[in-house]
Amino acid sequence: MSDVPDKTEGVAARSASRVAGAAPFGGQVPAVAMTGIVKRFPGVVANDGVTFSARVGEVHALLGENGAGKSTLSNILTGLYRPDAGLIELDGRPVSFATPRAALQAGVGMVHQHFRLVPGFTVAENVVLGAEPGGSSRSATVSLRRRDIERTVANLARQFDVPVDPGARIWQLSVGEQQRVEILKVLARDARVLILDEPTAVLTPQEAQGLFVTLRSLVASGRTVIFISHKLDEVMAVSDRVTVLRAGREVGTVDTAASSARELARMMVGRDVVFAGRRSERRAPTDVVPALTVDSIAATDDRGRTALHNVSFEVGAGEVIGVAGVAGNGQRELAEVLTGMRAATSGTVSVNGRRLRTGSVRDAMAAGVRHVPEDRLHTGLAAGLSVEDNLVLTSYRGPPVSRWHLMRRGFIRSQAESLIPRYDVKTPGPTTPVRLLSGGNVQKVLLAREFSAQPAVLVAASPTRGLDVGAIETVRTHITDAAASGIGIVLISEDLEEILALTDRVIVLYEGRIVGTLDTNSADVESIGMMMGGATV
Amino acid sequence: MKSPVRLERRLDQPRSLSLLVPLLSIAAALVLGGVLLLATGRNPFSVYQRIFERGFGSTSALRGTLISATPLAFTGLCAAAAFRVGAINIGGEGQLYAGAIGASWAAVRFGSGAPNGVTFALMLAAGAICGALWAGIAGLLRARFSTNEIITTLMLNYLAAIVLDYLIFNSRSYWRDPRSAGFPSGKRIPARALWTNLTIGGVEIPRGFILAIAVGFALWFLYRRTTYGFEVDVIADSPSAAKYAGIRTNRKILSVMAISGALAGLGGASDVGDFRHVLDAKGLQLAGYGYTGIVVAALARRHPVATVAVSVIIGGLTNAGYALQGPNFPAGLVGTLQGLILFTSVAGEILTRYRIRRVVGVATVLAAS
Repeated sequence: MSDVPDKTEGVAARSASRVAGAAPFGGQVPAVAMTGIVKRFPGVVANDGVTFSARVGEVHALLGENGAGKSTLSNILTGLYRPDAGLIELDGRPVSFATPRAALQAGVGMVHQHFRLVPGFTVAENVVLGAEPGGSSRSATVSLRRRDIERTVANLARQFDVPVDPGARIWQLSVGEQQRVEILKVLARDARVLILDEPTAVLTPQEAQGLFVTLRSLVASGRTVIFISHKLDEVMAVSDRVTVLRAGREVGTVDTAASSARELARMMVGRDVVFAGRRSERRAPTDVVPALTVDSIAATDDRGRTALHNVSFEVGAGEVIGVAGVAGNGQRELAEVLTGMRAATSGTVSVNGRRLRTGSVRDAMAAGVRHVPEDRLHTGLAAGLSVEDNLVLTSYRGPPVSRWHLMRRGFIRSQAESLIPRYDVKTPGPTTPVRLLSGGNVQKVLLAREFSAQPAVLVAASPTRGLDVGAIETVRTHITDAAASGIGIVLISEDLEEILALTDRVIVLYEGRIVGTLDTNSADVESIGMMMGGATV
Repeated sequence: MKSPVRLERRLDQPRSLSLLVPLLSIAAALVLGGVLLLATGRNPFSVYQRIFERGFGSTSALRGTLISATPLAFTGLCAAAAFRVGAINIGGEGQLYAGAIGASWAAVRFGSGAPNGVTFALMLAAGAICGALWAGIAGLLRARFSTNEIITTLMLNYLAAIVLDYLIFNSRSYWRDPRSAGFPSGKRIPARALWTNLTIGGVEIPRGFILAIAVGFALWFLYRRTTYGFEVDVIADSPSAAKYAGIRTNRKILSVMAISGALAGLGGASDVGDFRHVLDAKGLQLAGYGYTGIVVAALARRHPVATVAVSVIIGGLTNAGYALQGPNFPAGLVGTLQGLILFTSVAGEILTRYRIRRVVGVATVLAAS
């Protein structure tokens, strides 16, 4: 199980140091080497001759923007795709994986961003699932008795310092714990190379710190971790070396310690990135007519429990108001009430003085409320439909998109052809299904639709989550421009830096109540953070 | 564990596949059926040749084929219409009975007095409404209680059969002919109310079949060109996106179910007006149009116009089966072939979404593209 490589093994290694700098086990045969990998999809070259290698005992980050080819590369390494050209070597031996299972048997395991766990099973059961007798593992005497497998899994968890309760059922676990189960699943199959695809996307900052500790202990035991991310700060925090990909090619490999976030950002986007600082001195005029008036609304969540209590605020035309709070404190319900997706149990919402029927999306839309929902791919977009159809998802009901209930296909096509370049959506064409686009481009389709509608009020929930720096910059520019053009914006975000950078005022939600309203220019992260945690300031 | 080929997801679906895959499906079904025929000591080629001749080989064969195809076109459209919104309507059978009950009532009630055209319109309306209401029960149950429509539409088929039997055999209903003492039967519809055929190139084309072609195009237009069709596509793709866009999802699904049922109801009207001229309780149940319609829709890949075209192929098979039945022709063959076609066309769906690649060697072989 624990075949920690002996350092003397590395003696046989030829010079593998085409790459910069020295690593903990320098001079060894790389654990993984991919040379000249090419993978084409219709209309796109996802990997265009990528060369990359990771050493034994290092955390190697694959950094790149959405659509740079990171996921394709890892899918090739784990046998999900076959490369059109190129060579893959494990410990110096050429390999070719037909399936993820074959890759796993050779010691390459993937920790998926979207977990593949059985919610009703225990941790231990999920870990052994698929490795039981008759499964892929050939060990004939695996006991399926609960106590035995729980002991095995507990040993495994202790060995790798992955804290998790083997007897707990998956649905009882937090997202961070579920991720540890995914990691254990891979470790239980003796993987020496672990690939983590944007593992922190679903984690809280504390959980992410815990993950980093786990990853460091894994590489300390001689495993290799390939860490796919587009977040600079975490790549700086956890990795030994970084390979940067851009537009399907590798830009270069650097030692993390010898690099900086700024240098990595430049490699990633191919130019200098302006890190959005604090919002400039632009102040929302104080005497504007409120675009949005929320008057003492209350609402219940999906389970019927009260999620919003007596929430009141105003957003002026051209003002950006931030809604801060830890997820699950009523933000989702607030966004849904404002946009008509959820009825308020009491209170009123008015747009430009006109009172809305809460719980009617059409009424909210008619009043000029637009919505960038948190769940882009399944709520904000119909992922199976084409880009052009998604661009009219909230405007198809009347002219110019339709007339007499007939869709005006010619108009829809020409609108798509003008919005795609304007919002820099990278897509093979207007008829490509949205689900085939990368994460950042999915969001751009949504933003193109909602911003181009020239709304009175825009409700945006975590609009930059999961996006790369280039896309974040674009989204933030769109928000600032929209405010400048007189749109009242409600920005719901867990990212305090973002709220401080973009908003005029901040309200803090805690357990469904507004616990504080601050002027952004005089607010500081610490006091907002305390309010988010329910502490009175 | 090792398989020589594997499936890889297609990123796009070439248009040519939508024709190629159904053709391959039929070919595969014929090959599998041929193996069965060989196993029972028959020559597949001569059996298939006889089927083709009796299905499509002469004007009289084509006439019989179109008569068999007409109800299948409507039940096929019924299945295709519901599937577009993601609902699976197995209840074309019962909805067709309901349509036949409604249309025969309209024909008996008004047919002797009103002009043929008026009776025709009334029969269509009554058939469509009854079919829509019958399917609407399942639609309402789904909208209100999230009941699975596969189960409810299937159960409603049995209920419709019981109603049919009751009206003709077990009651003195409006539909039962009081003069039929020995073996009960329905009232014949008046001669003035009969649907007349159109003859083109020596082939008699039932009025119902022409109607089916028109309805096929209308359904295609509704789904492809209107905002209604757009909303249906959004719901089928993502109910939460539909909610986000302000689409009243439940109402829309209910209306699609009603349209679907109305289409099967038109098939029932055509059965009464075109062919049987009577509410034939036993004949309808023996024919099983509703279930065969699902095969038609599957093979047509749920395209409305293609559904009408495919109904002619399956109708020809059915018709040949009727014509050839006897000691020299295996009785179960037609049903077996239809079943095989359903299997192969559903299996063929995979080819439209995935490509087959050979795992060994550098050369990758595409099965169909």
